[in-house]
Amino acid sequence: MSNIPDLNIDRVAELARIALTPAEKAEFSAQLGEVLKHVEQLKQLDVDGVEPTAHAFAVENVWADDEAQAGLSVEDALRNAPAQRDNMVVVPKVVE
Amino acid sequence: MADGILFSTLTALANRLAAGELSAVDITQAFIDRTTAVDGRVRAFNSVNPEDALAQAKAADERRAADQSRGALDGLPIALKDVIAVKDQPLTASSKMLEHFVSPYDATVTQKLKSAGSVLWGRANLDEFAMGSSTENSAFGATANPYDLTRVPGGSSGGSAAAVAAGEAIASLGSDTGGSIRQPAAFCNVVGLKPTYGLVSRYGLAAFASSLDQIGTFTRTVEDAAVLLGGIAGHDPRDSTSFKTEVPDYRAALAERKGPWKLGVPKEYFGVGLDPEVGAAIEQAIAFYREQGCEIKEVSLPHTDYCLSTYYIIATAEASSNLARYDGVRYTHRSAEAKSVEDIYFKSRQEGFGPEVKRRIILGTYVLSSGYYDAYYLRAQKVRTLIRQDFLNAYREVDAILTPTTPTPAFKAGEKADPLAMYLSDIYTIGVNLAGLPGISIPAGFSEAGLPIGLQLIGQPYAEADLLAIAHTYDSHHDWRSRRPVL
Repeated sequence: MSNIPDLNIDRVAELARIALTPAEKAEFSAQLGEVLKHVEQLKQLDVDGVEPTAHAFAVENVWADDEAQAGLSVEDALRNAPAQRDNMVVVPKVVE
Repeated sequence: MADGILFSTLTALANRLAAGELSAVDITQAFIDRTTAVDGRVRAFNSVNPEDALAQAKAADERRAADQSRGALDGLPIALKDVIAVKDQPLTASSKMLEHFVSPYDATVTQKLKSAGSVLWGRANLDEFAMGSSTENSAFGATANPYDLTRVPGGSSGGSAAAVAAGEAIASLGSDTGGSIRQPAAFCNVVGLKPTYGLVSRYGLAAFASSLDQIGTFTRTVEDAAVLLGGIAGHDPRDSTSFKTEVPDYRAALAERKGPWKLGVPKEYFGVGLDPEVGAAIEQAIAFYREQGCEIKEVSLPHTDYCLSTYYIIATAEASSNLARYDGVRYTHRSAEAKSVEDIYFKSRQEGFGPEVKRRIILGTYVLSSGYYDAYYLRAQKVRTLIRQDFLNAYREVDAILTPTTPTPAFKAGEKADPLAMYLSDIYTIGVNLAGLPGISIPAGFSEAGLPIGLQLIGQPYAEADLLAIAHTYDSHHDWRSRRPVL
């Protein structure tokens, strides 16, 4: 019996930018199918007219004064870069 | 002498420091030696830096000698979950993705502890990126429960809980997204406090699910939790969700607020799946509160059964978005196989993330994807409103809510291989995060097999002073913490 037919693992992994092995795809599809079956229960509830909660205590428009403040130094910001040159992060060529 | 230090309390050690009976170096050295002796078996820590800790302790002793002590936390060693940034120190999140990462700045809680003079000691193990309930999902090896090394310490803050339980730190910080402080505290016979969402700044905490994450404390007593919370709470302009509120003297409140309180017992938390020994321990705690003159009232949280589903949609959705930053480009692991920028994303994330993190990113990406957003994510946010309303309705009748922290005591390592079975171990703790409320787990007994049992108390928003006073009433009349693990 298939679980949730529309969890297209190839498409979702592509959206998530994660390469998965065929074994991972099979395992995750089955496991997430079980989880999705469980969460189907939410469809039993009538939520018409209920406002969604994004944060338990919503705070809106938190502004900071427009004042320049010291940030990370270039050295600190690049300290964990996997590859760097001339104060920049190095990546493979993007534009041919 | 060491034994009197290792299993003491923050408060008692602070008194002995003030009286000149002990130095911060004595105390720190005792925890270093203890860690050297037992951490090979417990594996509470991902990394320790004894030299750095002793230098901090020495500075604290020098301040005290010059009459410049900074108070109750000065010179006391506190461990941090390895998701909290300390400048120039590693932060791995127990992930290969950040195996070699060194923090370029301090988290706000780190800065506050430094200002208070604490000795920052040890980066505690966790489930990778705080995703899990057993600390088995660490890329660097699982942490064991000090009370039974074949069992899990809980998670995700399992290292922080085990470190305090095993006498490797006097207190520690963790983070709690769905129970990640309270559940391991219950499994390890320590006090675990998850404050109201927004009371403690999340700046410098590696994010899992931003609307649910909150930093909190592990201590031996509720009094210690009050002291440590006072040290880390408060508004922070660098966390736009942090709440502008006065931070009261929580420790003073323990003595001032005497009750009696009205405590609500939600019937939904005592049903199928609750281990009889846990249930019996909680019944005894209820009887204790009744003897103290508290009114015990049955309340209903009718949407309890929907918490787990709601949580796993919201938490994974937020995680899939938050963890997009680990792209292999700027500060993480980068795959040596990558030939193109696309390759860097796909292969670095394949190699850097463990299975549970990948599973949750996949689920979160799915529930947010076009065509499914309304059915899953938006619906879960609406159910979240109903869950939150349940708690607020209950608080019209009671001051706080009393429940078991977990359905069972600590389970065996490897026992819950099925993700859904693992998720169910958080069933009594996740509602609190969805509603943004403060919750605390305190030691409430042992099973016949010698495993700790936790009592959860859930407070009203920003009413930590009351919650701690209610918890202290039980904690100061019981002595479960004197039952130490045999290591």
